[in-house]
Amino acid sequence: MNARQQATGSAYFIAKETQTAETHTLSVLVDNEPGVLARVIGLFSGRGYNIESLTVSETEHEKHQSRITIVTRGTPHVLDQIKAQLERIVPVHRVVDLTVRAQDLGHEKPLERELALVKVSGKGDSRVEALRLADAFRATVIDANVEHFIFEITGRTSKIEQFIAIMAPLGLVEVCRTGVAAMSRGGEGM
Amino acid sequence: MNAKAKPGEKWQMTGAEMVIRALKDNGVEHVFGYPGGAVLPIYDEIFQQEDIEHILVRHEQGAGHAAEGYARSTGKPGVMLVTSGPGATNAVTPLQDALMDSIPLVCITGQVPTTLIGSDAFQECDTVGITRPCTKHNWLVKDVNDLARVLHEAFRVATTGRPGPVVVDIPKDVQFATGTYHAPDIADMRASYHPRLSGDEALIEQAVAMLRAAKRPIIYSGGGVINSGPEASRLLRELVELTGFPITSTLMGLGAYPASGPNWLGMLGMHGTYEANMTMHDCDVMVNIGARFDDRITGRIDKFAPRAKIIHIDIDPSSINKIIRSDLGIIGDVGHVLEDMVRIWRASDGLEDKSALKQWWNQIGKWRARNSLAYTPNKDVIMPQYAIERLHEASLRSGKETFITTEVGQHQMWAAQFFGFEQPNHWMTSGGLGTMGYGLPAALGVQIAHRDALVVDIAGDASVLMTIQEMSAAVQHNAPIKIFILNNQYMGMVRQWQQLLHGNRLSHSYTEALPDFVMLAEAYGGKGIRCEKPDELDDALDEMIASDKPVIFDCRVANLANCFPMIPSGKAHNEMLLPDEATDEAVANAISAEGKALV
Repeated sequence: MNARQQATGSAYFIAKETQTAETHTLSVLVDNEPGVLARVIGLFSGRGYNIESLTVSETEHEKHQSRITIVTRGTPHVLDQIKAQLERIVPVHRVVDLTVRAQDLGHEKPLERELALVKVSGKGDSRVEALRLADAFRATVIDANVEHFIFEITGRTSKIEQFIAIMAPLGLVEVCRTGVAAMSRGGEGM
Repeated sequence: MNAKAKPGEKWQMTGAEMVIRALKDNGVEHVFGYPGGAVLPIYDEIFQQEDIEHILVRHEQGAGHAAEGYARSTGKPGVMLVTSGPGATNAVTPLQDALMDSIPLVCITGQVPTTLIGSDAFQECDTVGITRPCTKHNWLVKDVNDLARVLHEAFRVATTGRPGPVVVDIPKDVQFATGTYHAPDIADMRASYHPRLSGDEALIEQAVAMLRAAKRPIIYSGGGVINSGPEASRLLRELVELTGFPITSTLMGLGAYPASGPNWLGMLGMHGTYEANMTMHDCDVMVNIGARFDDRITGRIDKFAPRAKIIHIDIDPSSINKIIRSDLGIIGDVGHVLEDMVRIWRASDGLEDKSALKQWWNQIGKWRARNSLAYTPNKDVIMPQYAIERLHEASLRSGKETFITTEVGQHQMWAAQFFGFEQPNHWMTSGGLGTMGYGLPAALGVQIAHRDALVVDIAGDASVLMTIQEMSAAVQHNAPIKIFILNNQYMGMVRQWQQLLHGNRLSHSYTEALPDFVMLAEAYGGKGIRCEKPDELDDALDEMIASDKPVIFDCRVANLANCFPMIPSGKAHNEMLLPDEATDEAVANAISAEGKALV
């Protein structure tokens, strides 16, 4: 009741965050119509959520439905909000937090794969070394001449990161990545 | 072509004809709009029919707020029709306003022909891009054969679930093209959109068990009760009567429970009553019915109702746990959930500890006795609070059904505090977005829907100038709205915050060079009234109400009055600044440096 006491916040009170941020992978099934991706991305930018990876393609052609895979980072409270806000979007059919589902099944993460194209240019020892390492990573050569390779590599994000890091001193020219595609283990669909 | 179409029937017609036909088939009687190049085919169709009345506004923002007022006062969707480019961008403010206050608003925009989209054509803008974040959903219709489905879907999306604004953007060539029209048909609605109406019965039973065990309960209701329809308000009243619980409401929910009801605590929040906020703070069980824990309501979040078990009923799943973590979240239409709650309560043995509730009411009585809305009457100067009280009395005296709209600022809070709202859908205000300039066009929209009612825009001298041009629309359409300006020659709320936060440096909050509002009213063809003395106010109000013209009432009020009680920035519900404590020193010290940064 004492109006003179020192205040410690504001009417826009921003509570101290007590939860720690986690990385989760969401699968979002949407009607494939103009603007649907903009709605999803706009939601993330407009509400200040993170997108670490985003992959989208039509997966059911007869129904014109696309599946969007989003890797995002936030506290459990924020992750719940992201899911609820995504579900409000009219063309969104379903949102599944694959990370939560994997944890329910006793796994750390859902199945996640990325594809990368990695262009490496060089001669002599470094060229031989690049090819040898690519073989160890089960990357395949999809284009080459005497001075360069383009490798195609598929795997978990950590594997791709590692491969790119190893290629860096061997003449890495450029990288293109698809972003994460993900799915739950087991026989059930999303 | 005059009867409503039946499902399954199909006709060939132009896109422009389809728009009119779809409006009729969705029960629309009034459209608020402004013509322009890209909607001329639709205006040509409007010209050739008489079922739908078009209300010409003077600015597209006015069309939007008028449609909002129309919607809020009728429970039907409001419809606005504007042209491409600037017509669409001017609609953005009411669209966002309707989004934040959950008002069903269907906005039809013209667009440049499909072949010119993307070419920076005259009056082109990316309407669906611009309005995407300020609508519930929007559509650009590039094929005339999609138009009927999209228009019907637009009405369904706007009015069902958590209501909101939608935009249908129609290129001019689509308006001219001929295609197949079909009537609204529930079967062709998209599968991805399925708002949930009924709450989970097991959860509702748990909620009733929590309410029955409560010793210090409170019901906190919001705009969701109004949106759910009159039956929800009736059920809310029934629940309050059954339980004997105290009830408070947000700004948007006023009228769902009558202000004259015995359990009414007044509005809560930043400018809510002492008893409402203290009851919120000290309660042990809180049930939030159709409100969203807005930051103007909660005050400091980490000190919000620290001992309460919180039940939250909302149709929007994203509202649950968004701001305040609830112990029990029930997703559903509040009307449906209230119906179940009342039924389950009736079948139970009722409240477990009746003596605790009695003690609780005793405590509330002590808070009420603090009389937090008190103000010092003045014989020479009209106090703004007094003006609202007299307006309320005058409206009762007139015997007319009364609707109140407001602009945004001190006058809005005084209206909420001092005008007793007895019925839902009779109070229209911009709560979430806080749009100055809302009230005048909203009053126009209300008056169009309720021709014989008394519709008063309680305005401020600054806000009203933002959309004053709609006086011209009111005169044109014989809408005798009453614009009751609490004229203190300041942007009062801005000044109040400058006094609180910025060392009383009144930067640009004094409205210099105000127009002569009486002459302004007359210039528009309305009636102007000025009143400066408290003892002349009643007669002047009667004169205002008796007039069959739009009236601008320039009510000169105490210039420096501030709006109390108030929860200063960064404070909790139990740290209110009450009017009798609001000395200059207290006001100056009410908010700390940290609070100032975050306001």
